[in-house]
Amino acid sequence: MKAPSIIHVERWTPASVAATTGALALIVILAFGPMLFGINGIEKLTTLFIYVILAVMWNALAGYGGLISVGQQAFFGLGAYAVLRLANFGINPFLSLFIGAILVAIVSLPISSFMLRLKAGEFAIGMWVLAELAHLLVNLDGLINGETGTSFIELNRYAAPIRHALIYWSALAAMVGLLGIVFMLLRSRIGVSIQAIRDNEDAAESIGVKVFATKRIIFILAAGGAAMAGALWVASAITFQPKTYFSVEWTAYMIFMVLVGGIGTFEGAITGAVIFFLIEMWFGAAGVWYLIGLGGTALIFALFLPRGVWGTVEDRLHVRLLPVGYRLRLDHETDAPQRDGPAA
Amino acid sequence: MTDWINSIVQGVLLGGYYALIACGLAFMFQVMRIINLAHGSLAVLAGFAIWSIAGHFGISPFLALLVVLPGMAAVGWLLQRGVLERSARAGLLVPLLATFGLAIVIDNVLFEGYGADTRSLAPFIDTLAYDSWAIGNIYIGQLSVLIFAVAVAMLGSLSLFLSKTHLGRAIRATAEDPDTVGLIGINARKVNVFATMIAMLTVAIAGMFLGMRATFMPYSGGAQLVFAFEATVIGGSGSLWGTLIGGIILGVAQTVGAQINPQGFLIAGHLVFLIVLVARVSMPFPSWPMLFSWLRRQPS
Repeated sequence: MKAPSIIHVERWTPASVAATTGALALIVILAFGPMLFGINGIEKLTTLFIYVILAVMWNALAGYGGLISVGQQAFFGLGAYAVLRLANFGINPFLSLFIGAILVAIVSLPISSFMLRLKAGEFAIGMWVLAELAHLLVNLDGLINGETGTSFIELNRYAAPIRHALIYWSALAAMVGLLGIVFMLLRSRIGVSIQAIRDNEDAAESIGVKVFATKRIIFILAAGGAAMAGALWVASAITFQPKTYFSVEWTAYMIFMVLVGGIGTFEGAITGAVIFFLIEMWFGAAGVWYLIGLGGTALIFALFLPRGVWGTVEDRLHVRLLPVGYRLRLDHETDAPQRDGPAA
Repeated sequence: MTDWINSIVQGVLLGGYYALIACGLAFMFQVMRIINLAHGSLAVLAGFAIWSIAGHFGISPFLALLVVLPGMAAVGWLLQRGVLERSARAGLLVPLLATFGLAIVIDNVLFEGYGADTRSLAPFIDTLAYDSWAIGNIYIGQLSVLIFAVAVAMLGSLSLFLSKTHLGRAIRATAEDPDTVGLIGINARKVNVFATMIAMLTVAIAGMFLGMRATFMPYSGGAQLVFAFEATVIGGSGSLWGTLIGGIILGVAQTVGAQINPQGFLIAGHLVFLIVLVARVSMPFPSWPMLFSWLRRQPS
C-alpha cells in the first residue's frame, strides 16, 4: 500500500527511539542492581517489578482484551502455591518460580474455554468465583496446613544477600521477559487483532479477526503473568498464607494501577505501577484509610478520568514513547490529531 | 438417611436467603445490563445500619429495617445518579471498575467504623433465632422458614409490580430498549433510578436476614456478592423466579457438600456453579436474552 507523498506512516518517532533506548539502558543498569543498591533497595525494587508485572498483565487483559476480571488473584495464588509444591518435590526453588508460572498458564488454557464465553460483568465475577474455588482447593493440600499456611523453607539454603540478589534478578528477568512478550505481541498481527477487538468486538469478528483465539492468547498470558508475580511474591515474602494470596485486594491493586496510570496503554500500566509503589511506600502504613483512598481514587478515575494519568498526558501532548502502534504524520500539519496504536 | 434429607431440607431453606440477596442483582442486570460489584458490600452496609439502630434504641431489627429502607432507597438514588449513570455512558466495563472501587471504599469504611469483630442480629430477635419445628428427626428453623417465605413474597410482589403497575411496565420497556422508550414518553433516566432504588430495598431486606441467620463483618460483602451471582447464573441467568431456583440449587449443593466433607460447603457450591456454567456454554440454550422473553410472559 502506497501512501500519498505528504502523509507518512510511522512507527518509530524520535521520541520513541529515545524512549526505547532509554528503557534498554535502564534495564542494563538495573541488571547491576545488587552491586549498586543495598538489600533494602533491591527488596523495594523487587516489589516494584512485581507491581509492574501485575499492572501490565491486568492491562493486557482489560485494556487490550476488554476483559475485566476481579479474579486474577486466582492465578497469583496458584503461582505461589505451584512454587511451594515444586520446591517441595525437590526442584531448584528459583527454577520452580518459572516452571510454576508456566504450569499455571497451561492450567488456564482449559479454564479459558468456558470463562471467555462470559460477557462483561459475568466474566468479572465468574473469575472471582474461580479464585475462591482455587483458594479452597489449595487449602486441601496438606503441605499448606490450611489457613495457617506454610513457608518457602527451601530458600533457607541460600545466604540472605545471595537470596535477595537471586530473587531480584528473577523478578527483573520475569518483568523484562513479560514486557517483551506484550511488546512483541502488540507489534505483531495479533496486536492489531487485539486492538480491533477492544474497539469493537462484533465489527472485528465481521472482518475476519479470530476473536476467541486472540482473547485466549491474552487470557493465558495474563494468567501466566499473574502466576509469575505470585511466585516472585512468595519468594520475597517467604511466608505463604492462602488467605492473603487469594485475596481480592490484589485485584484492587491491579485495577488501581491500571486505572490511575491509563488503561489500554503500555506506558500507562507502568506509570500506574510506579505511582502505586510510591503511594504504598508513603501511605501504606495508614492501613484502612490507605485502602479507602485506593478504592476512592479508583472510583474517581473511573468516573472522571477514565484514560488515566498517561492517557491524559498522551492526549494533550501527542507523545508516544514505545513504538507499539502506527501514527500518521501529515507534513504540513505536524500537530494534527493522530490516530494510532493501542490508545487510539 | 435422615442426615441427607436434613441436609437437603436445610439447603432448600438456605436457598431462600440466596434468592433474597440475588434478586436485586438480577433485577439491576435485567433493567440496565449492569452488574453492581458493590452489591454484597451494600447488603452488609444495610446489615450494620440495622444492627446499630436496633442496638442503640433497643428495638427489634424489623422496626430498624423500616428506618433503613428509605435510607437504602436514598443510597440507590445516589448510586444511580452519582456512579452508575455516569460510568455507563463510558461503556459496559467502566461501571464494573467504578462499583468495584465503591465496594473497596464501603468495606474499609465499615472496617474503620466497626472493626474486625463479627456481628449478628440474632441477640435482638429472642427465640426466633433458634426456635424450630421438629418433624421426626429433622428440625426446621422458624427463621429459615420466615426467610424463605419473605423471599417468595418478595419475588412474587416484584413480578406483580413489573406486570401490573405503570412504573413496572415502564421498567420492562426500558430494559427492552432504553432509546425507544423515550419516544413513548418514558424517561429512561428516571426509570433506571427507580429500578436501582427498588434493588436497594431488596438489598436492605437481604442485609437484615444475613445478620439474623449468621454473623457478618465489614469484609463479608464479597462472599455475598459471589453467592448472589452464583444463584443468578445457576437459576438460568437473571429471571426473578430463576434466582429462587438457583438459590435452592446452590443451598442444597452447599449443605450436601458439607455433609460429605466439613470443607465441602463452599467447594460444592462453587463446583455446581462451574458445572452449570460449562453446561451453559457447551449447550446452545439461550442465557440472558431468555429472561427478557420471560419478563414478557409474566402477566399470564
